[in-house]
Amino acid sequence: MAAEPAVRIRDLRIALPPGGERAYAVDGISFDLKPGEIVCVVGESGSGKSMCAHALMGLLPDSVAIETGEIAFEGNNLLALDEDGWRDLRGRRIAMVFQEPMTALNPLMRVGDQMMEMFEAHGLLSPRERRQKALSLAREVGLPDPERIVRAYPHQLSGGQRQRAMIAMALALEPAVLVADEPTTALDVTTQAQILKLIRDLQRNRNMAVMFITHDFGVVADIADRVVVLRHGQIVEQGSAKAVFSNPQHAYTKALLDAVPSMIPPRRAPLMDRSKAVEVIGLDKTYVTAGGWFRPDRMVQAANEVNFSILQGETLGLVGESGSGKSSVARLVMRLIGADRGTIRIGDVDLTKLEGKALRDQRRRIQMIFQDPFASLNPRRKVGQIISDGPIAHGTDPKLARQRARDLLDMVGLDGGAMERYPHEFSGGQRQRIGIARALALDPEILVADEAVSALDVSVQAQVLNLLEDLKTRLGLSMLFITHDLRVAAQICDRIAVMQRGVIVELKPTATLFAAPEHPYTRELLAAVPGQQKPVSLSA
Amino acid sequence: MKQFWKQMSRNPSGLIGLTILLIAIVLAVFGPLIFPNSPWRMIQRPFLPPFTLSAVPLGTDALGRDVFAGIIYGARVSLLVGLVSTLAALAVGVPLGAIAGYFGGRIDDALMRFTEFFQTIPSFALAIVLVAILQPSIYSIVGSIAIVSWPPVARLVRGEVLSLRTREYVQAAIVTGQTSRWIIWHEILPNALSPVIVLASLMVATAILLESSLSFLGLGDPNLISWGYMVGAGRTVIRQAWWITVFPGLAILISVLGLNLVGEGLNDALNPRLARDGR
Repeated sequence: MAAEPAVRIRDLRIALPPGGERAYAVDGISFDLKPGEIVCVVGESGSGKSMCAHALMGLLPDSVAIETGEIAFEGNNLLALDEDGWRDLRGRRIAMVFQEPMTALNPLMRVGDQMMEMFEAHGLLSPRERRQKALSLAREVGLPDPERIVRAYPHQLSGGQRQRAMIAMALALEPAVLVADEPTTALDVTTQAQILKLIRDLQRNRNMAVMFITHDFGVVADIADRVVVLRHGQIVEQGSAKAVFSNPQHAYTKALLDAVPSMIPPRRAPLMDRSKAVEVIGLDKTYVTAGGWFRPDRMVQAANEVNFSILQGETLGLVGESGSGKSSVARLVMRLIGADRGTIRIGDVDLTKLEGKALRDQRRRIQMIFQDPFASLNPRRKVGQIISDGPIAHGTDPKLARQRARDLLDMVGLDGGAMERYPHEFSGGQRQRIGIARALALDPEILVADEAVSALDVSVQAQVLNLLEDLKTRLGLSMLFITHDLRVAAQICDRIAVMQRGVIVELKPTATLFAAPEHPYTRELLAAVPGQQKPVSLSA
Repeated sequence: MKQFWKQMSRNPSGLIGLTILLIAIVLAVFGPLIFPNSPWRMIQRPFLPPFTLSAVPLGTDALGRDVFAGIIYGARVSLLVGLVSTLAALAVGVPLGAIAGYFGGRIDDALMRFTEFFQTIPSFALAIVLVAILQPSIYSIVGSIAIVSWPPVARLVRGEVLSLRTREYVQAAIVTGQTSRWIIWHEILPNALSPVIVLASLMVATAILLESSLSFLGLGDPNLISWGYMVGAGRTVIRQAWWITVFPGLAILISVLGLNLVGEGLNDALNPRLARDGR
């Protein structure tokens, strides 16, 4: 702990272009990065955490300007550097790992060539040595079969492998500081756990200083030595991970920690003597991409013999990693895509048998809440229209429908003035509320929520979850809740179905599933949820 | 809308184009009130050079007709043909593209093969043949220009609709029980409009060129004077009287240039990704 800090940030202030929400992206922050230490910078979206990372790399966009402050790296002020100075430093002394491993790698270059480019850019080593080095790096970050993988193109690698390749590139020149900007956010939990471990191990072996940007307190608990909590560009709290987690000082930190859903499912009254709201029997769906004349067709099985039912007033969770087919099942149940085989019953109506007008009439009984609050509302229609369009299509008098839309907005916690505004005027959480109001406008019996809170910040996520839970009880709805986040699932679901490669491998009441997972995949998933070693949530 | 005008006003070339276009429209609409003389009337001696008499500033042609009056009256025909044929092409191309993109599958295949059928024939040759068969008149000219220029519209709209129909708000509309027609009309097309507007402004320019080319070949409406007809009529005497072809030629050049500038300006103003600085 006595080591000289590798990076000292003092009173850094970055001005945003005028006319924005606030004047400064980052407002007077100071902290140190020491060798052999992982500093987690945590904050919700818009807190300025990514700006910190980009300032440290000299990658700020032209529209923002550093007003005051100092970033000292090994005694030199980085802010005084010119572009040549930066180029010399970047990669060699300070390296970065980006969030999106898909877009951060050049899709037209072999992975090994991209690693070798790191040396080439700094004029180091001979081509032969570079190749050797790329191989040893690939081995060090745990890429399987390094000889083969350095010759592969990025699209031939999985998300986790791509992120490993990115880390290998960042480590190539043995930098003193590694900046990781949400490096695991785009990954599945099991992959995330592996990458976190990799970063931790490499940092220990090489005695690097790591600045780790994240919004996920679970990740922070797993990896951080020190924590810096940002809000609106200001540091509200910093300290050792232990101190921040066991004894948070600032109310905001407490609120954030509180908002992290607990891994322990709350007690739920068992549902007895209820009729089935939805019954799904033997659902099959295979996506076929035509391969052309000389290649075989590509087949992906999204749903294979999927069976489940949801009782009235019950919430069934559908969890799994990306590509497990959970979203496909949601869309199959909604009949947004057609099933190859199988039956979907809503009450006593077989939805798969209906077409045209009959289908449109029955659809009002099952409504959907979508994942992306920014893509799920038509940017060119007013909120009032968005909500009342559905009922009007089903023959409700427009005046009544608008009145109802007003009531619904009130019910989801927005005021009636929202009616005349366009979606872009609202925040992500508010937009998701509008999406919920739209789904409720048709008085459905069943709600299908497809990753409905995944795109939201933790505090907003907690509010929206409470809203959903409250509405569900008040209106007696059944819900199919699709999520990749087991913490969220633990809090809201009565029963949980675990999906892997289109198959439901385990379906049990939530408490039983968490207490005694049977299938190996379920166990793997549960073990990979970050932040279980230390108690993250205060309520737990 | 406010945002749109702000973007547009920040774009000097777009503003220049808009000014040119406005002048052309004003001349086309009010010109005949200022110059009540028919452009077909012989008012002076033939081959009068320009800038010699203030009554006929751009001189006279081989029959002693006023070149300036011809350009003013010709603007009417050119702009009218440009606008109407573009509207007609949009009326065919937009619904066709929207239906193909939205429903996909066999419908898409059928409609796109039909579109390709038109795209494989050189458009100018097809226009000549159509006008020649239907007899040259303003209607046949507008019609044939529309027929040769709708396929790109259909292609563009189809592409936009293909990407928009997978958006979550379109799925939400399907789920709430909207009919396909309502979804295309209210949810998809408003969001696909910007590139179509840009394409349309460029299509007006192309239509003006097509009409001029047809008139140049003697396939214009014999009762209406147009820029292309004037260039065509003056080409035999271009060495003795350059002004008979040059001035209507310039009129074509400037108005097409103006439309292209407007098209580019619209593209920048309606495409926020290009116009706004990256954050």
